[in-house]
Order: sequence, then C-alpha cells, then structure tokens
Amino acid sequence: MSQQAVNGVPCRGKVLTVDNMNPNVKRVEYAVRGPIVQRAVQIEKELREGVKKPFTEVIKANIGDAHAMGQKPITFLRQVLALCSYPELMEDNKFPEDAKKRAQRILGACGGHSIGAYSASQGIECIRQDVARYIEKRDGGIPSNPDNIYLSTGASDAIVTMLKLLVCGEGRDRTGVMISIPQYPLYSAALADLGAVQISYYLDEEKCWSLDVAELRRALNAARQHCNPRVLCIINPGNPTGQVQSRQCIEDVIRFAKEEHLFLMADEVYQDNVYAEGCKFHSFKKVLFEMGPEYSSTVEMASFHSTSKCYMGECGFRGGYMEVINMDPEVKTQLTKLVSVRLCPPVPGQALLDLVVNPPQPDEPSYATFMKERTAVLSALAEKARLTEQIFNAVPGITCNPVQGAMYTFPRITLPQKAIDKAKEEGKVPDMYYCMRLLEEEGICLVPGSGFGQREGTFHFRLVWLPASLLPPVHIQTSKSFNLMRFYVTTLYCLNPDD
Amino acid sequence: MTSLQHVNPRVRGIRVSPQNVLQSLAEHITQEITQGAHKPFKEVIDVSSGDPHRAGMKPVSFVRQVLAVCLYPELLKDQSLPLDVKLRAQRLLEACDGGSVGSYSDSSGLLHVRQSIAEFITKRDAGVPSYAKNVFISSGSQKALMIIVRLLASGEGETQTGVLTPMPSPHTLPTLLDEAEVALVPYQLVEERGWAVHLEELHRAVTTARGHCQPRAIYISNPGNPTGHVQTRESMEEVIRFAAAEGLLLFVDEVYQDSMIGLDREFISYKRVLFEMGKEYAETVELVSSHSLSCTSIAECGQRAGYMEIVNMDPEVMHFVDTMLCTDVSTPITGQLALDLMVNPPKPGDPSYDTYTQNAQRAVELLNDLPGMSCQLAMGGIYLYPCLHLPSEFRQLAKMLEVEAHVLYCQKFLEEEGVLGGVGHDGGTASSHHVRLCVHVPPDTMEEVLTRLRSFHLRLMDGHCNSD
Repeated sequence: MSQQAVNGVPCRGKVLTVDNMNPNVKRVEYAVRGPIVQRAVQIEKELREGVKKPFTEVIKANIGDAHAMGQKPITFLRQVLALCSYPELMEDNKFPEDAKKRAQRILGACGGHSIGAYSASQGIECIRQDVARYIEKRDGGIPSNPDNIYLSTGASDAIVTMLKLLVCGEGRDRTGVMISIPQYPLYSAALADLGAVQISYYLDEEKCWSLDVAELRRALNAARQHCNPRVLCIINPGNPTGQVQSRQCIEDVIRFAKEEHLFLMADEVYQDNVYAEGCKFHSFKKVLFEMGPEYSSTVEMASFHSTSKCYMGECGFRGGYMEVINMDPEVKTQLTKLVSVRLCPPVPGQALLDLVVNPPQPDEPSYATFMKERTAVLSALAEKARLTEQIFNAVPGITCNPVQGAMYTFPRITLPQKAIDKAKEEGKVPDMYYCMRLLEEEGICLVPGSGFGQREGTFHFRLVWLPASLLPPVHIQTSKSFNLMRFYVTTLYCLNPDD
Repeated sequence: MTSLQHVNPRVRGIRVSPQNVLQSLAEHITQEITQGAHKPFKEVIDVSSGDPHRAGMKPVSFVRQVLAVCLYPELLKDQSLPLDVKLRAQRLLEACDGGSVGSYSDSSGLLHVRQSIAEFITKRDAGVPSYAKNVFISSGSQKALMIIVRLLASGEGETQTGVLTPMPSPHTLPTLLDEAEVALVPYQLVEERGWAVHLEELHRAVTTARGHCQPRAIYISNPGNPTGHVQTRESMEEVIRFAAAEGLLLFVDEVYQDSMIGLDREFISYKRVLFEMGKEYAETVELVSSHSLSCTSIAECGQRAGYMEIVNMDPEVMHFVDTMLCTDVSTPITGQLALDLMVNPPKPGDPSYDTYTQNAQRAVELLNDLPGMSCQLAMGGIYLYPCLHLPSEFRQLAKMLEVEAHVLYCQKFLEEEGVLGGVGHDGGTASSHHVRLCVHVPPDTMEEVLTRLRSFHLRLMDGHCNSD
C-alpha cells in the first residue's frame, strides 16, 4: 500500500476495494432495484424540491409491492397481529373472539409468550404443523410432514438457502442450475453470488410463455459440456411473465426431472393469483403424488410460498416457508444446520403465515368480512390483469400475452431502428433506453426486460399493474397508461420533436 | 439422488456447535415435562443466550403499543391508548410506503428510520456526525456482519481471507465465519486482566496468521460478548492504530452498548474514539459498527432488526452492501419501526438496568465463593463468563465420553437441575473451561438459577456426579 500525503494526511490504500473484494459478489445485480429505480428516486427528490417536470409524481410500477400501490391489508390478519404485539388489547371488545383465540394460540407457542423472543431456527413448531395441514388440505389430502417444513424470511431466504446447500464441485463438475428466461433476478443474483453455473431455458413467448420439455432438454444437453446440471427451478405462476403452467406441463417437468436426476425447486408464491379462464394452479407436490409412487417416492423437490403476494400482499413481514420432499436425511441434517446459523425467521412473519394457513372458518365471526375482503382484492387484481392485456394489445408495436396470473405483464416491444441506434450511442441496452425515456418523460418506472432475460434481439419490459393510477378509470384519454401508449406511439413513428 | 457428497462443502464445513446439541436436549426435556415425566425441577431455565422475553422479561409497553397501532391503524381511534403512542405511530406509518407496514422498504431500510439512527449516533457521540447514507438496516446484526465478511471473502489456502477473532467470542461467530468461508484467526483475551485486549497478542495473532491466510479484518465486541469487558479509551486507540498499521478493516460489535453494569466504566463508541484521534485515522480507518434490536432493554429478538454504520469505506464497495441487502429485499418493517423507537425512546433511561446490575453483582459474588469457580466482574454486556476449575476425575470422565469438559458440565447441569447454560468458547485451550450465563432475566429467575447452580456445582466438586 503506497502512502502519499494529502493535506498532511497519509493516504493508506483502502483495505477493501472493488479490485480485491469477493469476485462473486461483484457479479450480483438486481434489475428490479437497479439504475432505473435509482433514477426514479432521484426524480422524486427533484419533484419534492420543486423542479418542473411533465408529470407531478413518479408511478413506480417496478416492484410487486401491493400495499405500496394502494392495496388494503386484510382486517383479520392485522387484528391478530396487533393482539400479538400488545396482548392487553384482548380486553378490548372491538376485537372479535376468533382473532383473540388465534393470538392466544400463537403467543402460547412463543418463548415467554412474546413475539419478541427468538423461535427455533426451523420456525415455531405449531405453525409448521398448521402449514403442513394447510398443504394437505390444498392438495386433496396428500400427507405433509411438519418436519419437512422450514419457515423462512420470505420465500427468497428459503430459495437462497436451498441453492447454497446444493452448489458444489469445481470446473466442469460445478453445479448447474436451470432457470427460466425470463426469470425473477433473485435466481441469477444468487447463482452469481454462489459461483454456480446458470443454465437458461427459454419460455415460449409464442405459446403464452409456456414451458416446453424439448427446450429443457436442449438447454440441459448443451450445459452438460461445461457443468454438472443438478437443479431445475421453475416459477409457477410465473414472474415476470404471469403464465400459469398447465397440469400436463407440470407432469412433463416432473418426468424430465426424474429422468435427468434433477432437484426440483418450485417457486409457488403466486399460487392464489390466478385469473384467466381455464387456468388453474396445480401444486407441484400434488401432481407429483398423483403420478404414483414411482415418482412421488423418488423425485427430490422443494416448494416455496410466502406472505408477500396472493391476497395478503404483506411484503414487509418477510413471512414464508418451504416444504422439502424426498430429501436424503444426511442432506436434511446439513440444511437444518445451515438455517440455524441465521438464528430464526422474524416472529411476526411466522405469526402472519399461521393466519394465512389458518384463516377464519365459515362458523367463525370474522369469516364474512374476511371472505369479502379477500374476494375484493383478488377480483380487483383479476380486473387489472384483464385491462392491462387489453390496453397493451391495442397499441401497435406492443404485444402482450394474456395475463394469466401473478401481478406482472412482460410485453414485447418492437423498437424502431432509430431508437435502437440512439440507445447504442448512449451505451444503453435498447429496452433500458426505452424505459429511461419513459421515466424521464412520463414519470413511469418500469424494469427493462434485459433485467429478467429475453431472447437475443427481442425487447420487453416488466410492468407491475398494481398501481391504481396506472390503469384508466373510464376514459382512456385521461389515464397514465394512455400516456404510456402515447409515448410508445410517438417513439415508434418518430413524431417526437426531440428525436 | 442428492447425497451428502453433493452438499456444498462450505455448508458441510460449518462446525456443529455443541450448544445446538444441548439446545435440542433442553427442548426434549421440556417436552418430557409437558408429557408428565418426573424431573427434579419443574421447568428448564435457559440462560445460555440473550433472549430476555423468553426468560420472562416483559416487553416495553410503549414499543408494543406503537407497533400494535402501526399494525392495525383502526386503533388510532381507540380511546384507551395514550396520545404519544398514537402520534408516534402516525409518524412511523407516514414513513412507510403506502402508509402500511406490509410494504417493502428500500433495501438499506426506511429512510426515516436511518435518519433517526444517524441522529441517535450523533447525539451519543457528542456531536461526531453520522449520516443516514452510511447507515444500513438489516435483519439482525449477524446479517450485517455476514455482508461485510462476504465482501471481504476471497482467495483460498494461503490467500484465504482471515478475520482476527477474539477468544472467547460470541458463540454464533465461528459458525458465521465458517459459512462465509473465511479463516478464523484467534487472538486470546486476557482473563486475569478482566478479559482485556493485549496489543502484543494482536501482533502475535496477525503475524503468525500470515502465511496460512490473508488477514483482512479484525472483529471485536465492546462491551465484550461473552466476557462483559468494556475497553478503556487507550485500549480502543491501540486497536485502531493496530488496524490501520496492519491494513485491517475494523468491525466492532457494539450491540451491548446499552448494557452497562455498575458505574465503573462508561461506554464510548469506536467511532467517537476514531474521530477524536485526528484526521490521520479518522479519515482513513475503515470501520463498521453494529447495533441490534435484540440486545438492548427492549430486547425484541424475534423482530429481527439491527443496523450497521459504515465509515471510510470505498463508495464503490458500499454500492455492493446495498446489493447484498437486496437479496433479503428488505428488513421486516415492524423491526425497523422498533429500531426507531429504540434510538428515540419516549423517555431516557430504564429502571430495568438497576436490576441487571444487581443480578450481575449478586451472581459474581456467589460464583466467586464457590470452590473450583472464579468469575471476572463484568462491566457491561449481558453475560457472566465464569471459569471452571474442574477436578481431574471429572475431566477424565469427559475425555472417556469424548466430549469437552465444559460441554459435559453443561449437559449434567441441564439434566440434573434443568438449567441450560452456554458452553464457553475458548479456541480449544484444553486447560481452561468456561460457561456463559445470561443475567438479563427477572431477579427471581436469577436467584433460582444461582441456587440450582450452587447445588449442582458443590455436588460435582464433592465427586458426587449422578452416573448416567
């Protein structure tokens, strides 16, 4: 380390620099929170400071955060959590009996009857039991063992934990993990951080983003040249595409996983968010067991769920779980050891999860309100999904697959050559250029498709269609999404005077 | 089929802590009691780690009331809740996206809370400025440490990153370093001097480590975990000068800054000491200090929130701190709000600290009275860390059973008296054995623990070990 004096202060080189830091961490990127979001935050700051812009607020349609975008929490859930936080409220008759009962049960399972105590690292036992029962009910009676349930800090925590557990080997033997293109960038980031090999398989845009086993096979065979493929990740319903895979497709994937000895990771956090006619959520576990013992006793699988999406939208609690199936007992011991290093998942999140898997029953006082609120949220989401598809498909140059589920749309945009050249000039990927201009000129923050992955030469963006202000109430002309279309149209036909 | 050989060697390499084994045993015994089994005790008391709520301490009402209102804003209309609770809850809800604790925050944490933390730090440090942009909120202080260590981790074999680690260290630290794949470079704290840090020992540690690994950071906890030692300013300046001279990032775990025992020593933060050493150090030494919701008087361990303040780090590297926090998306919001309440309480001071001081002083007195036991006076922190001078027959028994003597001690203490203590972490020195006892428990629990310990220890020293 060279020492130069600057103003009399000796300059020691930094201990930690970009050059000597962990090389794996350097490769980690999160498009959903990347440069475009940073610019959006900066613009918001400028607006607050009174800088004049063609818009008065930035609509952040970049992250699947329902409450931030106006969705209301479910009353029952929040009542129980408030009671857990301050049990003296049990005296208050504004709270229904079923809420109090749930709170008492949860507190009874907490150390010192407090949500402030650490829990066991795998999660509070009675909550894991409730999760197992919920899974059994959801899957038509197929048994679920609470010992196979691991509560986690959101689904992300469990996903990263599993990937961390399964990555091994050097060089050509290095673990390869299959993940869809497009994908939720947590996967690519985690794989970069772990130094695992990412094996990309393309979802078929022409066929509603469905998964084709022939494509899985192609990707796998190509990957075998340079790594050891051992894990297959699938997001269903999909993020960013929103597709809901058919039962046939799920069976095909399971068969493929068995043939190729792949550990299946099924990210099912959007399982309640299914809207399109003819689409249904099929849990990987249910399908696996219905395929008979040849599969159900051999295919290794982990499925993930969380409290952040569905009708709850409670992202801020970081509640989630995973269920592991057919895991070797010695491997499971290692998994249990690994989760113990991080102490325990947040207890309020565990409590919330318990309520999600144990909602009010028809004979309970909160049932009516609960169902009303739940139905309202899910139907509002379904309506937005429908409108989004309708609006985008009306714009020349934008094609939008039916929004079958989740809370996103991933439309394809055909950019004029002029725009592509301009992007190149500015050193930007074309869809980033498009999204940046949309942000600067219309105040809408989206994430460019390049952040999720797409076929070479195609451009997309991911729009979270949750914000109330993004879609038209009645008159299309007054909505922000009209502005979105207008922007697009002007770019396409180069009517923009600045061009 | 995935088998053990396919598991990440980094995960396989995480040492199994004997504490986990004892923890499972404690849970098992509790289960047996619930099912009606007869034991010489009614219930298991766990003093192995800092979990005050579990041990019976009541949550702070103000905190829980504010959180309840934030969770269920209907309560703003509630007549029974105090006005200051409602005002505070309203302000915190405004800081949340969409006015709900159910939304994500920025990965580094809610700006409002980071600003509160920066103000708290500035005030605590007599005006040495702290800025929100250098404050990063995470799901507990462990997470913060993991991020910094992961940033540093590189190389293998001789070039593997090493972290200087005190012996004894917090019991969770070795497994964390294992998971991060960095080498643990032990430096021995000096028991006879109340567990002080000795500069010669730091030099010895770093010099002998070079050649086996590449030391790039030094970890220190102040107040010490589990020793309870609180450093003098001179000692802290020595550590800072050492870190600067040896090219080490300084990570200081200051989670027990609130837990001072008695009036003999005052807590000063490393940041303040650094700044008061002049520009030569203040503008160059890379310092990260951590604090946590779990370790203060409000002790909300289950809410999982903490923060770190980063000083003098290369801004390009700081960008990656935020990136790594993105993996978690954001820290639980209720935990972040509780942090705001922690650094900004309604009224200063807390009567419960007299309780802990009394607990600690009472315990040290009793422990030092027992034959075969000695205990340094703790100045801070939440633990006492007595040394066991075990009879040779007991040590031989342990050897025969292939467990470490202090592990066997804790196991028998648990089985015979229903108290779970913490196994000491001594870096493998065969001659010294310690146990860790948390004193942040209600006074009658402390009394109960001491009674059972006295009974057990005297029996053991008399050579009356219950045979298995």
